[in-house]
Amino acid sequence: MRIVVDFDLCESNAVCMQIAPDIFEVRDDDFLYILNETPDEADRSRVEECVQRCPKQAISIAEN
Amino acid sequence: MTRAPRAVTIVGASLAGLNAAEALRREGFDGPVTLIGAENHLPYDRPPLSKQVLAGDWAPERAALTDSEELESDGIEARLGLRVAALDLAARELTLHTGETVAFDGLIIATGARCRTMGGTEGLDGVHVLRSLDDCLALRADFEATPQRVVVVGAGFIGAEVAATARGRGLDVTLVEALRTPLSRVLGDEMGRVCAEVHRDHGVDLRTGVGVDRISGDGRVRQVTLSDGSTVDADVVVVGIGVIPNTEWLHGSGLELGDGVLCDASCLAAEGVTAAGDVARWPNELFGETMRVEHWDNAAQQGSHAARRLLDEAVGPFTPVPWFWSDQYDRKIQLAGRVRGDDEVRVVTGSVDERRFAAIYGRAGRITGVLGFNRPRHVMRYRALIEQRASFDEALAAEF
Repeated sequence: MRIVVDFDLCESNAVCMQIAPDIFEVRDDDFLYILNETPDEADRSRVEECVQRCPKQAISIAEN
Repeated sequence: MTRAPRAVTIVGASLAGLNAAEALRREGFDGPVTLIGAENHLPYDRPPLSKQVLAGDWAPERAALTDSEELESDGIEARLGLRVAALDLAARELTLHTGETVAFDGLIIATGARCRTMGGTEGLDGVHVLRSLDDCLALRADFEATPQRVVVVGAGFIGAEVAATARGRGLDVTLVEALRTPLSRVLGDEMGRVCAEVHRDHGVDLRTGVGVDRISGDGRVRQVTLSDGSTVDADVVVVGIGVIPNTEWLHGSGLELGDGVLCDASCLAAEGVTAAGDVARWPNELFGETMRVEHWDNAAQQGSHAARRLLDEAVGPFTPVPWFWSDQYDRKIQLAGRVRGDDEVRVVTGSVDERRFAAIYGRAGRITGVLGFNRPRHVMRYRALIEQRASFDEALAAEF
């Protein structure tokens, strides 16, 4: 799985960072950084929670 | 022994209702799912209605949360333009405003809330509330007619966002607030003053400690009379004075009501009936407090929780840390937790003068909340501490 963030939609609300701080980080510049674009399958449920709870629906998962 | 429902009916086709429907499918529920909505629109997102859509930056379609193809592929039937008028729990039957009766098995109540209005403004053009997409488009049309002056009644978060968006469109704005300091009951005086200054800096004529006596005109609104006797000319008035949960249709149903549908800690309102979103009141065990939360994040999460609870009685209490954001001008204001105006407040990072900071709230030795101005990473870090029931001292000592 590969994480895709639509940065035109992302508003840096940082909900994803709270759920998966090892994968998503909003830094002091207020921008979101993806720390790990291709997390392990074991992380799938957390990433899916990020997808669902993003207020801007800016996160998706590409399967490849 | 409770059995899982064979079919689920969701009343309310907004964020909570849609999330409930999607959660049912995620959990593997394969029975019929019906979403009944009072509006004629498929589920859409409300936050952009006071910002991007109202500003004219987004076409209304961009606020859509789903489309008919997606619903169809998920096997969710959306029945729109239908108000549910009554619930008969014993007969497990809904009555629609058309008179049609609809049998249900499992039921999720997500009818949300509606805006409070001011009496005496019926039939007066140019007086608005902002809740629905139709409200937004009507207000936007009035904004596009280049009014001379906009009066916003109520400097809560929705009023504040409308004022900010109207200023962004170059309109003159008077913002009227009954409290001496906006948001002081929620954020305390100090942080309320910060919010007030943001508006003044952007040219809003903010009148505080004053109520509205009368909104008058001649078919179209012309003037707002304030409680101090002064008057403000107005071509457009937006009233943002809070919401009322939509529970009237449940009177006499046997469900317990009281500023919302009263649920247990797991969001169960009755056998086979759960509630979610703005309409649901439940004891949040994390805070030891019964609450009804009107935030986007709560509607989404509680919708999912209510769906899972309906399918499985082993699903436990719903214990979120309430959180919301409000975008005003170039500031992203976020609040997490359950704060009161008299909590202790300490700025933990950044500068209030620069309007880029986070402040934490404490009561009885525990961190109760965090307020951020353009500090999303800190808000989320402290939100985690609130979730862990950290002490105020631990939170003050934390470094992020």
